[in-house]
Amino acid sequence: MLFVPVTLCMVVVVATIKSVSFYTEKNGQQLIYTPFTEDTDTVGERLLNSVLNTIIMISVIVVMTIFLVVLYKYRCYKFIHGWLILSSLMMLFWFSFMYLGEVFKTYNLAMDYPTVAMIIWNFGVVGMICIHWKGPLQLQQAYLIAISALMALVFIKYLPEWSAWVILGAISVYDLVAVLCPKGPLRMLVETAQERNEPIFPALIYSSAMIWMVGMANPARHAEPTNQDTGTFCLISAYNPLALTMLRGVKLGLGDFIFYSVLVGKAAATGGDWNTTLACFVAILIGLCLTLLLLAIFKKALPALPISITFGLVFYFSTDNLVRPFMDNLAAHQFYI
Amino acid sequence: MTAAVFFGCAFIAFGPAFSLFIFTIAKDPLRVIILIAGAFFWLVSLLLSSLVWFIATKATNAQDLTLQKNLLIFGSIFSVILQEVFRFAYYRLLRKANEGLAAISEEDGPPLSVREMAYVAGLGFGIMSGAFSMINTLSDSLGPGTVGMFGDSQYYFITSALMTLALTMLHTFWGVVFFEGCERKRWWVIAVVLCVHLMVFSLSLLNPFYVASILPVYAIMLLMAVWAFFSSGGSLHNITLLWTCKTRLKPI
Repeated sequence: MLFVPVTLCMVVVVATIKSVSFYTEKNGQQLIYTPFTEDTDTVGERLLNSVLNTIIMISVIVVMTIFLVVLYKYRCYKFIHGWLILSSLMMLFWFSFMYLGEVFKTYNLAMDYPTVAMIIWNFGVVGMICIHWKGPLQLQQAYLIAISALMALVFIKYLPEWSAWVILGAISVYDLVAVLCPKGPLRMLVETAQERNEPIFPALIYSSAMIWMVGMANPARHAEPTNQDTGTFCLISAYNPLALTMLRGVKLGLGDFIFYSVLVGKAAATGGDWNTTLACFVAILIGLCLTLLLLAIFKKALPALPISITFGLVFYFSTDNLVRPFMDNLAAHQFYI
Repeated sequence: MTAAVFFGCAFIAFGPAFSLFIFTIAKDPLRVIILIAGAFFWLVSLLLSSLVWFIATKATNAQDLTLQKNLLIFGSIFSVILQEVFRFAYYRLLRKANEGLAAISEEDGPPLSVREMAYVAGLGFGIMSGAFSMINTLSDSLGPGTVGMFGDSQYYFITSALMTLALTMLHTFWGVVFFEGCERKRWWVIAVVLCVHLMVFSLSLLNPFYVASILPVYAIMLLMAVWAFFSSGGSLHNITLLWTCKTRLKPI
């Protein structure tokens, strides 16, 4: 079901965070959407800066979503397509090149540029074909998981500590509002797509079942199109909070994968305690279960972030502060409960 | 410490549980969901008991070591009791959910029998309990260090792995027995499971005197295995059928 790809994405992110130190090194560089630094003198200032960073980030996301919905409403399909192609181009070539470079550095492997060029070229081109055109379903799924993981790693590296947690909370609230409110941008996107009987943006949704969609003008063979929210990373962040069930198979937006992995990756990055990571992982999967259950009951587009991220955040903070000292003490004495 | 220690302890602690997962649970999404939900319930019980322990330690003197150790024991006993309470709560939830699923499913009966759910729920509890006990230890075993430098036991890793395995299997058997007891309204079973769990915890208090803790725990595990086998419908007849390959046993 959806457990396998979500788990795989999280496993890739956690494995990378634990082994490649590049993604946990903070060198003072931050995204332009989080301009306020967290290197402040007092706790209050730090909190204020992280809230301000969150406000900026969420506003950027809201503006992008509305821009996207406007483009979609006025049928600027070429623009949207071009935007998506540009963003996946950047993910598949530039970010995977950086990732490969860091992995080689971590394991001290010598490598020459021609080989790397060939590897990245092949990886990227096959990825572009699979995602934007046709390809074996499992390969497409693998590529979507890979780019979600890469994006999550970038977020983990460049978002400052407290800002990341506040952003995770804020984006689940935004998700809830954008999908469920009648004038929410994402809901309008779904409804427009449904009126036009079109599938939306096949490039950025993970689909667990077959029946694909070649481009947006394909008259849908399914009753309810899938739905999601997209953006590019290059200058703007990507986000994606919807889950929608189809007659066959379930679809989950890539933004959901990304934010789940950001949460679990941050839990793995800070502290190094595996219990916290595992607790967040289980919390997110349970949230996903509950979301899918609600999906089966209500049968319409639902936000996939709120329940999982809430559980994830609650479990992160409580496990880190309460369970960790308890289990450490028990392990030190070798008591088994 | 060596990679051999890491892999050896990892396989000892998680091998059986992992194989059970792969062969009996992985193929069926419903069982996977029940497993993860079981793990979640165990986690919530641990969270609440850690909260109680944390409040108790913060409210008392941190320098008094015997007091802190006693508080730890108290916290752990509370945790054991809470785990069994959550096991009961999970039983009730699964029964309700099963009735709901039976109502909407196309087949005649419920998709999962109570016995299957008992096994999966027990395994969920066991895997989570084992993972939480062992994962940090395993991760430390990959790093540098000397085991037993200050007079502690040298066998820390392997005994941890053995205890983790025992606990995982015990949780599975307790799940089976517990749910069966609840189904048949035999409430004394719940009390017995709770007492055995407390007994296993008390035996672990004898660590590092491993002969006195690990051997009895394994003996209890074998007894629980036999009880779970007979409680879930096994019999000597079934075993003889198995050995002589006479008929295919129907899944329960």
